Amino acid sequence: MKTIYILWLRQIKRYLRSKSRMIGSLAQPLLFLVALGYGFGPIFQKAGEGDYVQFLVPGIIGMSIIFTAIFSGIEIIWDRQFGFLKETLVAPVSRVNIMLGRTIGGATVAVSQGIIVFLISLLVGFHPVNWLLVPVAFLVMLLTALLFTALGTMIACILDDMQGFQLIMNFLIMPLFFLSGALFPLSGLPSAMSIVARFDPLSYGIDAFRVLFTGTAHFGLAVDISVLFAVTAIFIALGSWLFSRIEI
Amino acid sequence: MTNIIEVKNLSKRFGEFTAVNDISFTVGKGEIFAFLGPNGAGKSTTIKMLTTMLRPTHGEIILNGYDPAKEPDEVRRSFGIVFQDPSLDDELTAFENMEFHGVLYGVPRKIRRQRIEELLKFVELLDRGDSLVKNFSGGMKRRLEIARGLLHHPKILFLDEPTIGLDPQTRNHLWNYLKELNKSEGITVFFTTHYMEEAEKIASKIAIVDHGKLVAVDSALGLKKSTGTETLEEAFLKYTGSTIREDEAAPLDHMRMMRRFHTGRK
Repeated sequence: MKTIYILWLRQIKRYLRSKSRMIGSLAQPLLFLVALGYGFGPIFQKAGEGDYVQFLVPGIIGMSIIFTAIFSGIEIIWDRQFGFLKETLVAPVSRVNIMLGRTIGGATVAVSQGIIVFLISLLVGFHPVNWLLVPVAFLVMLLTALLFTALGTMIACILDDMQGFQLIMNFLIMPLFFLSGALFPLSGLPSAMSIVARFDPLSYGIDAFRVLFTGTAHFGLAVDISVLFAVTAIFIALGSWLFSRIEI
Repeated sequence: MTNIIEVKNLSKRFGEFTAVNDISFTVGKGEIFAFLGPNGAGKSTTIKMLTTMLRPTHGEIILNGYDPAKEPDEVRRSFGIVFQDPSLDDELTAFENMEFHGVLYGVPRKIRRQRIEELLKFVELLDRGDSLVKNFSGGMKRRLEIARGLLHHPKILFLDEPTIGLDPQTRNHLWNYLKELNKSEGITVFFTTHYMEEAEKIASKIAIVDHGKLVAVDSALGLKKSTGTETLEEAFLKYTGSTIREDEAAPLDHMRMMRRFHTGRK
């Protein structure tokens, strides 16, 4: 328990101390929100789908979460390069607890980013249909963040250094984001694309945010939560196993 | 005297390269053991295998009665280590680095706080306890690493070139402290160094490795006797020759650039 706490605390402290990182990782979602939200708003409206900002905000929250979460997970590569990983690896504590502490820490950071995006989106005209469901949405955000932090950890355990990073960025993170239904509705897509979206865990996270914030669903909340839970459990188990295999 | 470390026919290969080649030795309980060798001789690789960071290609290790490959957690509970290369978190303060270590090793809060203060004072960093480690000089970081390594009192303490970059005062201080720990708590000390006079002064047993092979194990006196030399340094050179060895360069600078690029961190 103490191990998990101290590793969590470390992630939080690192996050709070790097203001540039905090601001830097907010810039991209906000740009998407403003440019796409206002840019496509009129077309979306004309197509009879309603208010695009209202539709887009859950997607952008998902975006800030997936990016921050995967990066937090991938930080292990830096810990490895800068030597700190050794300190945790030789410690007489279980690998699962190390993995859990880091993952919960990274996920907490990612959720904070998501909540900041949510608060800012209120300023550009977003309004949740039911404020009572907002805390529930935050919990689902935490679950989504855990999932992607664990994914980041898995990637970091497989990559030795940052050389493969561009590959991961372009072939994993970007597709996960763009094909998740963050930016467009999943209904009425060409079938190949809708199948891909079905295999993208982020689709379920964002669908759940939409249910809780705006009351519209594609898969439905029950399906969303079950899928998120199952995938998170699998990723944490796989991540712990990969982490215990690390050699320096 | 019972053995706390037993190494039998230990080998480690990385692809074609054999870093450690069929090494066997024992370290007695409460012994101060020096593990010497030129750069690239396989010292750090051996330590990594002893401390569960690397799995051997071949051979057996028993540390405090446990096998690092099969019972890593038991082994990890038996030792502490001061690494050769940096292993601090730059974004945390000196105190936080110590605290992190103490919690991971389950040092009770009261003893932890007391020892942290004691040790920070010992390495003359007490007044910098709340500064971020990234603002520290190389020597300060080194001192902090050592203080951290001494925070919990394990059965075996590994020190991989602990005195590199330390001034003679701190070095002297450190060895006295280690001798004291060894005497009062019976902690076995396993260290590497390039300063032969340190090994000669403090170690009760010395092993010399070269090109991954063990070339001699004896006391300093014994080594000098069998080579017919006056000092340990001469004996060492006699065993290992005088060619200069290359150390592999780390891709660290490239990494620093990438990190700055991706996170905006300095």
